[in-house]
Amino acid sequence: MSHDTAPHHQAEPHDPVYDELHASAEFQELRRRYRGFVFPATLAFLTWYLLYVVASNWAGDLMSTKVVGNINVALVFGLLQFLTTFLLAWLYSRFSASKLDPLARELDERFIALNGRSSRGRGDH
Amino acid sequence: MDHQALTAILFLAVVALTLGITIWASRQTKDAADYYAGGRSFSGIQNGLAIGGDYMSAASFLGISGAIAIYGYDGFLYSIGFLVAWLVALLLVAEMLRNSGRFTMADQLAYRMRQRPVRTAAATSTVVVSIFYLLAQMVGAGALVALLLGVDDQWLKNLTILGVGALMIFYVTFGGMKGTTWVQIVKAVLLMAGSALIVVLVLGEFGFNLSELLGTAAGNYGERPDAKDSAAFLEPGLQYGADLTSKINFLSLGLALVLGTAGLPHILIRFYTVPTSRDARKSVLWAIVLIGVFYLFTLVLGFGAAALLTGDKFADVAASGGNLASPLLAEAVGGGEGSNGGAILLALIAAVAFATILAVVAGLTLASSTSVAHDIYNSVIRRGQATEREEVRMAKLAAVGIGAVAIGLSIPAQELNIAFLVALAFAVAASANLPAIVYNMFWRRFNTRGAVWSIYGGLVSCVGLVFFSPTVSGEPTSLVTGSDWSWFPLSNPGIVSIPLGFVLGWLGTITSREPEAEERFTELEVRALTGAGSEQAIEH
Repeated sequence: MSHDTAPHHQAEPHDPVYDELHASAEFQELRRRYRGFVFPATLAFLTWYLLYVVASNWAGDLMSTKVVGNINVALVFGLLQFLTTFLLAWLYSRFSASKLDPLARELDERFIALNGRSSRGRGDH
Repeated sequence: MDHQALTAILFLAVVALTLGITIWASRQTKDAADYYAGGRSFSGIQNGLAIGGDYMSAASFLGISGAIAIYGYDGFLYSIGFLVAWLVALLLVAEMLRNSGRFTMADQLAYRMRQRPVRTAAATSTVVVSIFYLLAQMVGAGALVALLLGVDDQWLKNLTILGVGALMIFYVTFGGMKGTTWVQIVKAVLLMAGSALIVVLVLGEFGFNLSELLGTAAGNYGERPDAKDSAAFLEPGLQYGADLTSKINFLSLGLALVLGTAGLPHILIRFYTVPTSRDARKSVLWAIVLIGVFYLFTLVLGFGAAALLTGDKFADVAASGGNLASPLLAEAVGGGEGSNGGAILLALIAAVAFATILAVVAGLTLASSTSVAHDIYNSVIRRGQATEREEVRMAKLAAVGIGAVAIGLSIPAQELNIAFLVALAFAVAASANLPAIVYNMFWRRFNTRGAVWSIYGGLVSCVGLVFFSPTVSGEPTSLVTGSDWSWFPLSNPGIVSIPLGFVLGWLGTITSREPEAEERFTELEVRALTGAGSEQAIEH
C-alpha cells in the first residue's frame, strides 16, 4: 500500500480538543475507573469459565457427584455459569451507571462547549 | 389436516410476514445511515431483541437441543460458551465500538490506522466469517425443510437453499438494517414464545420436577444399544471425553465459543443501530437475559427429547443428527403423531425454526455486504470519494453477489456438519477479529502492521489448520475420503489460532513504528469512553 497518497485519511481531521479532554483529571479518573472494573472482571469470568471447561474434561468424579435427586455437580456448575453471567452483567450495569456515565456526560458536555458543535458529531445529514 | 400441509402454510405465513416488514422498512430507508444502521434510532430493548434474533441461530435451537438429546450433558457445554461470551462484548467491545465507529467493524480500526490495508483485512475476515456462518444456516435450512415436509429429495433441498438465498437478498437489498432488525425482533419473539410453550408442556409431563425429567432421560439413554451406565448421560464426556485429543479439542472449542462472539461482524454492526453507547450497553444486557433464558430452554428441550422420544421417534432424531429433536418433541407433547395438537405444535416449531434461519441469514448478508461497500468499494477502491448513493447501491449489489456465492457454495456443501461450520465461524472471529479489536481499544502502541498481521494471521492459521485436520481428510467421516493429508489432530483450531492472532498482533506492532496511530489513539480513547464526537442518531 505504499502508493497510498493519503495514508491517514481518517474520518475527521485530528481535533485538538480531544487532547485537552484526554489530559483532564476527569478523563484520567474515568479511564482508571473503567479499566479498574473491566480488567479484573474479565480475568475473573474467563478464569471461572475455563475452570468449568477444565473440570468438565478432567474432573469427572467431582462433576458426577450427585447433589440432590438426579441433579449432579456438573449441572449445578453449568447453571452457576449462567448465574454468574447474569450477576456480572448486572453489576457492570450498576457500576457504569453510577461511576462512569456521570463523568462521561460531563466530558461530553465540555467537548460541546469547547467545540461549539453537537457532541454527536457532524450527524449524517 | 396433516402436519406437512400445516407446516407448509405456516412457512408461507412466516415468509409473508417478513416480506411485509421488509417492504414497510424500505419506505423508511432514505440514506446510508438508515440503510446500514437503521438510522441509529432503535431503543436498547429493541436492539436487545434484535441481537437475540441475530444470534440465536438454527444451530442453537435445533443443534444444541439435538446434541443434548443424543449426547446428554455435553450438548449443554455449547450453551454455556455461547452465553458467557456476551460478557466480552458487554465489558470490552459494545460501548466503545458504538462510540468510535460508523457502519462496520473496520471503522474502528481505520479510525487511527492506514485506511486501505486495515479495511481490506477487516473486510476480508468479515466476509469469510459471514460466509462460513451463512453456509451453516443455509445447509441447515435445506435439511430442515426436507425433513419436515417428509420428502428426502435432493432437489427440494436445493430449491430450499435457493429460496432462502433469494429471501435474504430481498430482505437486505430492500429493507436494509431497518428491515433486517424488525425481522430479527419478530423472530426473537416467535422463538422465545414457541420454545417457552414447549418447555412448559415438557416440564408439565414431569410435574415440573427437573430431577425426574433428568432421571427419565438418563434411564432412556441406558436402554440404548451403545450406552454406558445411564448416569453418564448427565455427566460431561460422552461426546468429548474419549481421549486426550478429544479433551483438548473440547477445550479449543470452548475458547473459540467464548472469544468468538465479540468478533462476529453481524453482531458488531448491531451496536451501531442505537443512539448512544448507553443504549448499546442496555441492548447487550437485554440480549444476555434473552439468550440466557433461551439456552436454559434448550436444556429442557434436549433432555425432554431424550426423556419423551423413544423407539422409532428417537431413531428419527438420531438419524437427523439431532436436528429433529425439538420439532418431534413438540409433536410428542402436543399429543403425539396423528393428533391435531401434535400436528399443530410440530408445524409451529418448524415455522419458528424457519423464521430463525431467515433472520440470521439476513443479518449475515447485511454485515458482509456493508463491509464490501463501505470498506472495500468506497475506502479502498474509490479512496473515500464515493457518494452515499453510490455506496448504498454498491452495498445492494454486494448483497446480491454474496447471496449468490452463499447459494453456490451451500448446494455442494450439504454434506458438511452444521455445528462444525458454526464452530469454525466462531474460531475465525476469535482468532482474526477479536485481537485487533481489543488491541486497538486498549493499546496505544498498536498499529497498522499489527492489525493486518493479526487479522490475516488469525484467519489463515484458523482456516489452514482445519484444512490439515481430520475434518477434511484422513478419517472415514472426513470431507475427503481416500487420501490423507491431515497432520493437525484437532478439528477445532482455536487453541492454536487464537493465541497466534494475539501474538502476531503484538509482533507486527513492535516491529514497526506509526506515530500517527499512536497520536490518534488519544482521540479514539476519549471518543470511545465519553461518546464525544460520536455518530448521532437520525430524526426523520
